[in-house]
Amino acid sequence: MRRDLVLRVASKFILPPIMLFALYVQFHGDYGPGGGFQAGVIAAAAIILYGLVNGLARAQKMVPQALLEVLMPSGVLIYAAVGVAGLMTGENYLGYDHLAHDAVHGQEWGVFLVEAGVFLTVFSSMIAIFYAFAGRRRS
Amino acid sequence: MNLITGLMADATNIATIFLMVAGLYVVIARGNMVKKLVGLSLFQSSVYLLYLLPGKILGGSAPILDPKLTVYANPLPHVLILTAIVVGIGTLALGLTLVVRIKEAYGTFEEDEIIARDGAKAGEQGDVA
Amino acid sequence: MMDPAFAEQAITLVILLLLAAVTVGIVRVRGLFAAVVLLGAYSFLMATLFVVLDAVDVAMTEASVGAGISTVLFLGALYLTDTKEATGKARELAPLAVAAITAAVLIWGMSDLPEFGSADQPIHAKGADYLARSLPDTGIPNVVTSVLASYRGFDTLGETTVVFTAGIGVLVLLRRRSGQGKS
Repeated sequence: MRRDLVLRVASKFILPPIMLFALYVQFHGDYGPGGGFQAGVIAAAAIILYGLVNGLARAQKMVPQALLEVLMPSGVLIYAAVGVAGLMTGENYLGYDHLAHDAVHGQEWGVFLVEAGVFLTVFSSMIAIFYAFAGRRRS
Repeated sequence: MNLITGLMADATNIATIFLMVAGLYVVIARGNMVKKLVGLSLFQSSVYLLYLLPGKILGGSAPILDPKLTVYANPLPHVLILTAIVVGIGTLALGLTLVVRIKEAYGTFEEDEIIARDGAKAGEQGDVA
Repeated sequence: MMDPAFAEQAITLVILLLLAAVTVGIVRVRGLFAAVVLLGAYSFLMATLFVVLDAVDVAMTEASVGAGISTVLFLGALYLTDTKEATGKARELAPLAVAAITAAVLIWGMSDLPEFGSADQPIHAKGADYLARSLPDTGIPNVVTSVLASYRGFDTLGETTVVFTAGIGVLVLLRRRSGQGKS
């Protein structure tokens, strides 16, 4: 598998379009199908593809395990912090109406930040799960 | 035309029930733990179908608002099932991890053999005591 | 020109038949590798059906999660365990009976379910009208996103927490400890 030239070159070419598509799905989620979950899974799939073809060590050089362990909780924390920010501005928990100068802009900010938090957690959790399976030796 | 509309409700519901029952059968009948997880996935997908089928309106479109369109599918089941799918992959990953650990600890991932081994071990301990 | 409502029903029926065929394959096949690959095909068919049912967000998620990530995880687990399953077990009759009784009960309860694709079902008439509220409240045209992240933000917070918890659980269970020698 490691030596397969076609797969390695093809995976290198296909990696940037997949990442770009993930970003598109993330930021265009308000206007078309998509959002944090889908973007997170698609971006994770790009890294997993790279890891499957080029080996775990190369993938871990690109996205280190330590980074994943920081990103996993930070996504949930961003989400929860947006809720607390809603409380601070005199709304309910996870109420976004007062986050900006009017309700619609506040909602857009709230949804954007929440989706970013979802993206971080889903992306890093999926890759961490893949690393855990790929890094274990056969018994 | 009327015939197919009349058939459709029954056909979709029967298909959903078939998928659900097939998943249930695999979970009960097969002792292999990975196969059980495959059965659980089947069962789960049938529930997605059960939720999404009533939300559909014939001739409607996806719930992305546009001035040119008037009829949309109901968005609420979509949100619920989106959540269910993502939670499903989390539980699946955890289940597969447990299967890997069981295989490492017991040397097998067949339910019967694991129960037999546990029974034998319990019997040994009973003899000692 | 074919009537669009008729076309939607016909496509739904065909995909449901294909799904049933793949399901029979998954149930009957011996060998885990074939079952896992068939499950990937099943997920793709399911995603196609979701597109026909106008659930584009769900279809995208099912295609990337069900057919992509979960197949990779299954194959990883098979690599770490075994691709063969034990054959020749006597347990056939009882599970079949349980499945048949469950199916009978479900089909019996099915008679009250509403018609497929009609607009005057309770699901469309009752409840919060997110379709009308989304644009004035949030300015987001994709109603699924606005319901997911704004109206039902608590659900999504819980869901993100579940993904996080699952990731932690897998890391804890599969991490190699430095002192742990492999036999």
